[in-house]
Amino acid sequence: MKVAVLKGGRSLERGVSLRSGARVEDALERLGHEVVPLEAEGALVKRLGEARPDVVFVAMHGRGGEDGTAQELLEILGIPFTGPGVAACVRCIDKVLAKHEMRAAGVPTPDWFAFNETAFRELGAADALGALEERLGFPLVVKPSRGGSSLGVKFAASWFEVPEALVSAFSYDDRVLLERFVEGRELAVSVLGGEALPVVEAIPADGDRYDFEARYEIGRTTFACPADLGGDEAAVAAAALGAYEALGCSGFARVDLILGSDGPQVLEVNAIPGLTDTSLLPQAAEAAGMGFERLVERILDLALEPAAA
Amino acid sequence: MPESPPHRRRAHTRTRDLERYAGLFAERTRVMRSSAMRDLMAVTARPEVISLAGGLPDTSTFPPQTFAAQMTRIAQESAAEALQYGPTEGFEETVDCIVQVMAAEGMLPDPEDVIVTTGGQQAIDLITKTLVDPGDVVICEAPTYPGAVPVFCSYQADTVQIECDEDGMRIDELEAALERLDGEGRRPKFVYSVPNFQNPAGVTMSLERRRRLVALAQQRELLVVEDNPYGLLRFGGEPLPPLYQLDGGDFVIYVGTFSKILSPGIRLGWMVAPPPVMEKVVLGKQAADLCTSTLTQYFVREYFGDGNWREYIASLVEIYRARRDAMVEALRQHFPAEATWTEPEGGLFIWATLPEYIDTEDLLAKALREDVAFVPGRAAYVDGRGRSSMRLNFSGASEDEIREGIRRIGKVVGEQLELYGTLTGERAAVPPRPDEVAEQNVVPFRKTVEGGG
Repeated sequence: MKVAVLKGGRSLERGVSLRSGARVEDALERLGHEVVPLEAEGALVKRLGEARPDVVFVAMHGRGGEDGTAQELLEILGIPFTGPGVAACVRCIDKVLAKHEMRAAGVPTPDWFAFNETAFRELGAADALGALEERLGFPLVVKPSRGGSSLGVKFAASWFEVPEALVSAFSYDDRVLLERFVEGRELAVSVLGGEALPVVEAIPADGDRYDFEARYEIGRTTFACPADLGGDEAAVAAAALGAYEALGCSGFARVDLILGSDGPQVLEVNAIPGLTDTSLLPQAAEAAGMGFERLVERILDLALEPAAA
Repeated sequence: MPESPPHRRRAHTRTRDLERYAGLFAERTRVMRSSAMRDLMAVTARPEVISLAGGLPDTSTFPPQTFAAQMTRIAQESAAEALQYGPTEGFEETVDCIVQVMAAEGMLPDPEDVIVTTGGQQAIDLITKTLVDPGDVVICEAPTYPGAVPVFCSYQADTVQIECDEDGMRIDELEAALERLDGEGRRPKFVYSVPNFQNPAGVTMSLERRRRLVALAQQRELLVVEDNPYGLLRFGGEPLPPLYQLDGGDFVIYVGTFSKILSPGIRLGWMVAPPPVMEKVVLGKQAADLCTSTLTQYFVREYFGDGNWREYIASLVEIYRARRDAMVEALRQHFPAEATWTEPEGGLFIWATLPEYIDTEDLLAKALREDVAFVPGRAAYVDGRGRSSMRLNFSGASEDEIREGIRRIGKVVGEQLELYGTLTGERAAVPPRPDEVAEQNVVPFRKTVEGGG
């Protein structure tokens, strides 16, 4: 089969995407497919027309690739592609929209408030920040609504740290959310074809709990898979699958959640999780006895199943 | 958009699977850092981005006919030798050129004490390799040369950074740090300093502090590594004597390079060290790469034979002075009154500092949307400081690009300041009128008054 691997792009997660893409290309070659590497750039549509792939493996992260843009183009061109469709991408990339959808579907997610820059600049939203303490409590987490990895995510331990954190978050997006901080274990549940894979737990090194940057550095966070959840497995899987369905995902996705004293709370869903050698979805598949090549083959099969489109 | 280059791919390979190699990595690779920030910097390589992030000297004015004539002469007269291995220490003729360059700054090294290295970077690496065991203390400036940080980290040094102000490294703080380390029974292996037009801060160590540093080194038998890539790139003010000259070469190891006065592509630098240190360094150099490129050493020999090397540096100085002026003028025009920056008398870099609530890594994400890049200050620290500062390079972009780049950065900074003002109810920042702030913004760091010593 002729498989085009779409990677790169202009998003801030370009580097991760190139690594995911390269690894997928290797696996596809080993599986005997004809591989066409495609960088997401100006001549993409023309090159897709020339290459005429049977299916496109979308290995893009962040804006332009994970937000429905590339998917919309592929739908217009009528080429099947891996991962979620346009609607799911649009919901997942936007944390605020995703949280509204999850809450409406009864999926647990921490309380939050969202603001856009206009609200502050033109509507005096700063005066509403005083209510945060009462409604969300401290510490709280400030995040850009659309942004990848840890970029722009800050803790605010007190009210005085909120403006600074907001300035950082607004550097990535014109909408940000302030979310109640949930104390608990950090879990990632990868979903493949509607089924939850073994849970990965991220265990930050001592003292790094409030340092998001540290979590993405090799050696400063350790990962356990399958995580020992001591009876909470079913609740965690149910929350993850609930989020996956509420956002209309298909093919695969990674659901990030916190297991606190009140049970699991979903933070976000990654429509196209990383596939690099340190990414969590491949780790989860490995724990389920599925090597990287079989994972790639399965993702490809899901893209070509009529029901998954 | 240009077409992507053709992909060269390994066929049927498993070599990208990290887990196959994970168990083999040395302990020191764990401190080689990787972060989301690195991915962010990858985006700065886009062609449409005006990059003030690099540290590239301008090589565009080097006359191609000179280059061609010299390489032709080498090919005709010394092809066999130029294509052969050379001595680990470098050729005597190369050392003669080095002695000329050092003499231009008032230094008279014994040619026996000089080794030619593959760029100044290799000299830093060899010194650290020779002197530092894991856990040993290395002292450097805060901020320090971002390229030295991974060297110190890869040899697992415990790096201690000493504050700088507009007169360079604060020697009173250095003394306090040495006292503290003494109390812990730890002796630093060396103090690393860039005294002239420091990368990244653009500051120059005062004569008084140079004397105190050298006195301290002699008194405590402490090695000082003087890295001086930019000394000859002075646009104004009076040259100051290098530490090496003040010390006479007992405790100061000197690092120089042809990168900024001729070409970084030829990868030629050097080191001057006392004989016992040099003996070990030569062994380290043998292990690293046997010898420095013979071909480029021949090139330097030919180039110095023409006798025009000072004129070329003088022409670079004019180019860089104009670019510095353009950048300083643009900063005055487009940066807010709350910002400060250095106005270096030479070198390649300006260091700008914003209000402490601005995180320049996040600012970079915003700046990249405006197609402009800089180096966030944290890259120049080992401990997470520098979050509100940035390094701006003025040697690698044209005056027009510099003006436009600074205007774009100023715009995103202005937006962040205004937003912060709105969030805290403070007065929104109003861009300053250039003539009002021309003077007060020149203070890069707090003015400090040091005690005697």
